[in-house]
Amino acid sequence: MMDIFLNITSSLFLLIGSFLCLSGGIGILRFPDFFTRMHAVGVSDTLASAMILIGLMLQVPDAIVIVKLVIILLMTLLISPTASHALAKAAIHNGITHKIGKTGESDKELSSNP
Amino acid sequence: MKDLFAVIMLTGIYSLLSASFFVAMDAVDVAFTEAAVGAGVSTLLMLVAITITGRSENPARHKPFLALAVVIVTGSLLIYGTLDMPHFGSSLAPIHQHVTPRYINDSMQEIGVPNIVTSVLASYRAFDTFGEVVVIFTAGIGVLALLMVVRRPEDIEKINFLNESMHEKHLILRIVTKTLIPFIMLFALYVQFHGDFGPGGGFQAGVIFAAAIFLYTMVFGMATARRVINQSFIRILAAVGVLLYGSVGVVSMLNGKEFFDYSALASDPVAGQHLGILLIELGVGCTVTAVMVIIFFNFADRKEKSQHNENKGS
Repeated sequence: MMDIFLNITSSLFLLIGSFLCLSGGIGILRFPDFFTRMHAVGVSDTLASAMILIGLMLQVPDAIVIVKLVIILLMTLLISPTASHALAKAAIHNGITHKIGKTGESDKELSSNP
Repeated sequence: MKDLFAVIMLTGIYSLLSASFFVAMDAVDVAFTEAAVGAGVSTLLMLVAITITGRSENPARHKPFLALAVVIVTGSLLIYGTLDMPHFGSSLAPIHQHVTPRYINDSMQEIGVPNIVTSVLASYRAFDTFGEVVVIFTAGIGVLALLMVVRRPEDIEKINFLNESMHEKHLILRIVTKTLIPFIMLFALYVQFHGDFGPGGGFQAGVIFAAAIFLYTMVFGMATARRVINQSFIRILAAVGVLLYGSVGVVSMLNGKEFFDYSALASDPVAGQHLGILLIELGVGCTVTAVMVIIFFNFADRKEKSQHNENKGS
């Protein structure tokens, strides 16, 4: 009974993780701008790897592997957002500007269309 | 593709992909080393190199047809030479009939380490691994001989001032780096000594340890890093690694057995093997860490020296 419950929850976590990873990938392709793309993949990839790691944790029998997976989870939660932050900082430092949300041009475009 | 930055990034992605298909082929040790070296440190060193050389490739002045012809002829000769060899992965090849079963069957009794990759690398093929370590050491010496910059005391003062003001604005990176570097070093030690039981060993541990030092250098500046890590200590460490490795072999010879026969190191042969593997992996780890740090510091020194000369001149 416990086995079936563990298997079902672990597969649920793995499926959610894969779906999040896939949607992050679609986000990279479809978003118009550097910063939106990076935000999409930074958030969704971190949560996706967290879900996958939790799903794997529910599958293992002995405790030492669970401890290692918890350490990997904590490291990922700490490092992955920092990497996105470093990317954004480097982008601003190199002069990449955001394309959406500039009030002047897009408002004029919207108001010029009948 | 003319933009070298993009080329370096593609090389890093290629290394990461090859690490993942090594994992798919169950060669976890190789995948570990490839991911650490290829996708991590090597990409970083090449990026430091293009800060010195410039970001785009110079336009080619002539079409290299003669070179292409030589490459095609040599390549076809090599392929013709390999046609006699057994098919790739065929189970009738001599390596699968004689060499591999002997290692797999006898490794546990003779050496007593669960990880057969480590036992082959460190004990059966210790001489080849010695050659690898000496090659790494020679690369470090080569970089030192070509790129070392001798610093005068007044230059050091000025560069201190430039670097102190740089890292005030990288608050998040500084704090996260300060939190993570002890864990990275601890993980490097874990990988070093855990090579007997799981993927790991001296090469991977040396690269991870050097990566921790690179992270510190990138966030806190070269001047601080040079004060923290003494340059002559690093050079001595590189030599000590190779010396340790060679001494293990010489001590085996002095005890009456052949060069690198570890069973001569202790009263029980298997304990001797364990001791020998431990010592040589330690030597490998020391040399790899020290050589990586030497290469990085010397590349970065060149850039600083040229920047400093520009500032003085202008």
